Amino acid sequence: MDQSKEKFAQLQELIDSHKNQPGALMPVLQGAQGIFGCVSEDVQKAIAEGLGITLSEVYGVATFYAQFSLHPKGKYLISVCLGTACYVKGSQRVLDKLAEVLEIPVGGTTADGKFTLEATRCLGACGLAPVMMINGEVYGRLTPDVIPGIIEKYKARD
Amino acid sequence: MDIYRAHVLVCGGTGCSSSGSATLIERFNEKIKENGLDKEVKVIRTGCFGLCEAGPVVIVYPEGTFYSRVKPENVDEIVTEHLLKGRKVEHLVYTDHATHEQDATKSLEDIGFYKHQMRIALRNCGVIDPENIDEYLAMDGYKALEKVLTKMTREEVIDEVLKSGLRGRGGGGFPTGLKWKFTYNSVADQKYVACNADEGDPGAFMDRSILEGDPHSVLEAMAIAGYAIGASQGYIYVRAEYPIAVKRLTVALNQAREYGLLGENIFGTGFNFDIHIRLGAGAFVCGEETALMHSIEGKRGEPTVRPPFPAVKGLFAKPTMLNNVETYANIPQIILKGSQWFSSIGTEKSKGTKVFALGGKINNTGLVEVPMGTTLRTIIYEIGGGCPNGKKFKAVQTGGPSGGCLPESLLDTPVDYDNLIAAGSMMGSGGMIVMDEDNCMVDIARFYLDFIVDESCGQCTPCRVGTKRMLEILNRIVEGKGKEGDIEKLEELAQTIKSTSLCALGQTAPNPILSTLKFFRDEYEAHIKEKRCPAHHCKALLQYYITDKCRGCTACARVCPGGAISGEIKKQHVIDQDKCLKCGACMEKCKFGAIIKK
Repeated sequence: MDQSKEKFAQLQELIDSHKNQPGALMPVLQGAQGIFGCVSEDVQKAIAEGLGITLSEVYGVATFYAQFSLHPKGKYLISVCLGTACYVKGSQRVLDKLAEVLEIPVGGTTADGKFTLEATRCLGACGLAPVMMINGEVYGRLTPDVIPGIIEKYKARD
Repeated sequence: MDIYRAHVLVCGGTGCSSSGSATLIERFNEKIKENGLDKEVKVIRTGCFGLCEAGPVVIVYPEGTFYSRVKPENVDEIVTEHLLKGRKVEHLVYTDHATHEQDATKSLEDIGFYKHQMRIALRNCGVIDPENIDEYLAMDGYKALEKVLTKMTREEVIDEVLKSGLRGRGGGGFPTGLKWKFTYNSVADQKYVACNADEGDPGAFMDRSILEGDPHSVLEAMAIAGYAIGASQGYIYVRAEYPIAVKRLTVALNQAREYGLLGENIFGTGFNFDIHIRLGAGAFVCGEETALMHSIEGKRGEPTVRPPFPAVKGLFAKPTMLNNVETYANIPQIILKGSQWFSSIGTEKSKGTKVFALGGKINNTGLVEVPMGTTLRTIIYEIGGGCPNGKKFKAVQTGGPSGGCLPESLLDTPVDYDNLIAAGSMMGSGGMIVMDEDNCMVDIARFYLDFIVDESCGQCTPCRVGTKRMLEILNRIVEGKGKEGDIEKLEELAQTIKSTSLCALGQTAPNPILSTLKFFRDEYEAHIKEKRCPAHHCKALLQYYITDKCRGCTACARVCPGGAISGEIKKQHVIDQDKCLKCGACMEKCKFGAIIKK
């Protein structure tokens, strides 16, 4: 509970620092996504109140952009690049393999909350195609058969 | 300033960073110190060199020795051999794909990948430390800004840009000078300069590389634009997916402010200009100018109908001049070297150079900058080194989801805005994805449409519903359920979507389908009529077989997730087609090339 209070205090600080700026909603939502890991209804309400705009406006923006999620994501976020360069080099098969190994659909989170699997647009590392990123760490020149080994490594971690 | 006898340049672009260049820099510094060379040799982390395929890339000057795919364990050798004893480490020297030459005496300019290039927008990428403003200043940085503020009138600046013939590098190709002029002509108490760094085209990363490798060139150009059109405030809208670019932009902004090159009373001329950074949030449509501005305003990134154009009513309802990153990166050079110099490069209607991101089935993946008018063949074969593994070239895709796929027969087309449109594609932001015989063109069209359906903002019906219907048809075709008349239906939908969508995203969305239908119609027909995928790519239309090359090693049977492979040890195995999941795991595992798909 204290932790949540602390986070809302952080959010309030963020809102105050952007309050009178034109176009404040985007940076505030981005900050909130970073603080909470998602922008749930409570968070959206706090933002609407803080910035003096309607909840529907906040919800409209939060649901428009792919970066904002309404539900928490897994501890390890796996983003498989489906940009063109990766796609022509077989990233779809890498993604399929991950879904099979983790037993979740693309966009899903494992029951233990450990992994979320996402397809993402170009990560800009086309020289290493096909590429995936796990919490900021980039894995390049992938083939489906190396996937189980990589996942095992993360499963062994906390 | 300290003088060093050698410089080690390590690429710190996204590609090389992903393959571990940060560790290399640490290791170099450690080893150089250990060997007592820290007063003689300096390690610099630069922006992107362009040749991402060979990453992480290290260049040692003054010799200009080009080391590729350097691993941390190679660092000791480079330090003790090259830096200490002056002997190049031959086995780490880059091998030229085109000539298969590994020549340690060759400097950067002589390598096939760089020989045909001409670097204007990328001039400082891979040359300077992007986080050190002094290095940018040493490369004539902010001299163009000084020149316009102290020696040129606003009209002269606009005239110079107009005469240079520079056109928008974001894809549209609208004359940059005209945009400046229109915004200059608008009368308002406040105007804005904006930079479109929402590089969303999959497979395009030139803007990212410029921001990462030479952020000051964009800031300087925005200040020049601010002076010319009469704006005191700029916004850069950059993708949140580019953390390194955002960081370096922020560093650059702070340094420029500290040096008085941004802020109030710049160069003591009374001109005020400052820039804010705004992050995108993962919406492709925000690359469209009106959508981008709504996003900066904190709204949903939905496009609105033009007119009014941003030059009249843009950001916060004020006149706004929006240019792309690469466009801006050209400006300081045009001001310093003159419009005549710039317009002497390129073709009649497309002046200067263009940066392309080469990717897909090509040996030298990376970033290249060539004069307009260079042929596709030169870019793909002489610079790119052709398709890997001896595979046959099939098509090159330019212009991202708004562009098209061009076949072998059009490879001699000189690349410029108008030629690409005439050929059925477009320049776009400069993604250039090469496809070989293993790529199915119907599936590629489906891939792009899937992207569009995902990214359509949903505001107008032709784009929201029309592209979805097209995707359904394409999905049907690649699944082997295509029907007679599907091609005609696709063509009809394409024309309707093109002519009735609200913004460029929808208006250009059918292009990948139209161009593949034009050049690879036989592949569509094979899928529909013969239920066959000529590239052996579409799962539903192919089967795996084990040939008599099988030695019965059982590796395939063990790896098969569906238990579809059976056979005795040391005897030819067979695949049960009913159980086969077509995952291809067996084919990858087989050491004898005994498994084929057809």
